[in-house]
Amino acid sequence: MKKLILYPSIILLSFSLVHAQDKFYTKTAKVFFKCTKPSSPEKIEGTNKSITCVLDTKTGNIQFAVLMKGFEFDRALMQEHFNENYVESDKFPKADFKGQIINNTDINYTKDGNYTAKVKGTLQIHGEAKNVETTGMLVIKNGKPGINASFQVQLSDYKISIPSLVSDKISNTVDIVIEGNLDPLK
Amino acid sequence: MNIRAKLFSFLIFLSVCFSSFAQDQDLLKLVDNEKPKKEYVDYAFKSSRVIMGHSMEMIRPGVMDFRILHRFGNVNQGGYQFFGLDQATMRMGFDFGITKNLMVGIGRGTNKKEFDGFLKYRIIHQSKGPGSLPFSLLAVAGSTMQTLKWADTSRKNFLTSRLAFYGQLIVGSKITEGFTLQFAPTILHRNLVSTEKDPSDLYAVGIGARIRLSRRVSFNIDYFYRINQNLDDGTHNPLSVGFDIETGGHVFQLHFTNAIGMNERAFLTESTNNWQKGDIQFGFNLSRTFQLTKKKH
Repeated sequence: MKKLILYPSIILLSFSLVHAQDKFYTKTAKVFFKCTKPSSPEKIEGTNKSITCVLDTKTGNIQFAVLMKGFEFDRALMQEHFNENYVESDKFPKADFKGQIINNTDINYTKDGNYTAKVKGTLQIHGEAKNVETTGMLVIKNGKPGINASFQVQLSDYKISIPSLVSDKISNTVDIVIEGNLDPLK
Repeated sequence: MNIRAKLFSFLIFLSVCFSSFAQDQDLLKLVDNEKPKKEYVDYAFKSSRVIMGHSMEMIRPGVMDFRILHRFGNVNQGGYQFFGLDQATMRMGFDFGITKNLMVGIGRGTNKKEFDGFLKYRIIHQSKGPGSLPFSLLAVAGSTMQTLKWADTSRKNFLTSRLAFYGQLIVGSKITEGFTLQFAPTILHRNLVSTEKDPSDLYAVGIGARIRLSRRVSFNIDYFYRINQNLDDGTHNPLSVGFDIETGGHVFQLHFTNAIGMNERAFLTESTNNWQKGDIQFGFNLSRTFQLTKKKH
């Protein structure tokens, strides 16, 4: 009788162990964005160092969450304008990305090395969701994945409007760079 | 198989089901184990002044705010004076953000050639989330010094006679994204007053409000009720209404007011104009901030 309890428990346990190694996460991924026009005398750029990212290596599902208030700027006024006038971070506190590595089967997560990852998914900013697609780099080191990707989005796609007064400074095209090192999710 | 064994096989079956479910699950929920954090409420006003008086908002550390204040003449003077625009008084000032909760400022106004300076400290910062307080509490201490040549040369004039001091508490709350309200009990001490009836210590309560009309424009009201003023001196409680307009790096505060002076002593004790008679002036405050120190990333 006791064996009967023990046996399934081991199976259950092993299931959850397998799961734990599938999933990796971080809460300190970095995102950097730049939307400076060449004519602008000042740099329009911000950094956020507390991005949450979860990757399921089994399915290739990858998700990001960003707190908009966590973006930091060189100039306090720029930070105020970012939150108050552009992304309206009180109304839309979070941005997120939910997608998948489409070539997940090409990546050997157990072998250290650099892999190209094609990622496709939905990016939600300012309450607007749009499909995005990019190619990033996945670096496996000591069995742990690191991510590195850059892509562009159009502010107008996310209903973030640029007043004509500052249109010589702020570009509608935003360059976004994201990087982070993931740890096993226990 | 007995019942227990069946039960366990069922459990295993369930866990297999769950593992296949897991492919579509919200991965972010797996790590969303953080308790809600206390979060400070900022941007209650566009500027560190409502219009005349101090607001519950601070300048960020490392930022200098260069402020140019203009008040024109009375609007009801008619076309000959171009509705007051032919005359102007002004105050130029520099405010500095020292820390998140401390700022200082100096300025000089053309009215009575008066210097002024102040220290503003935030004791409570409005916040939301666990352990939060829904209002901000600030304290302001300032002084003013007139530098006009002495009008009365027959008596011995002391430097101290040129001085006035004020202390102010500001209790305010950004009640919603679009509405901010604050109260500012104020005490003003003048070392020298013109007549015996004028109180050396004048008590007043300021009421300031902001209604946000759009992302870059807000409507502001700034009023001070004076409690023990000399009723015969012909002055009125200062009331200013206007708009804050934000353009890139500037905040323009365009307003109508009955106050001529642009520091606490002047607008509390020298507002001889009366709104009811139409003795109001057009004025603007121009605020331009400069980032003096760079933030570290």
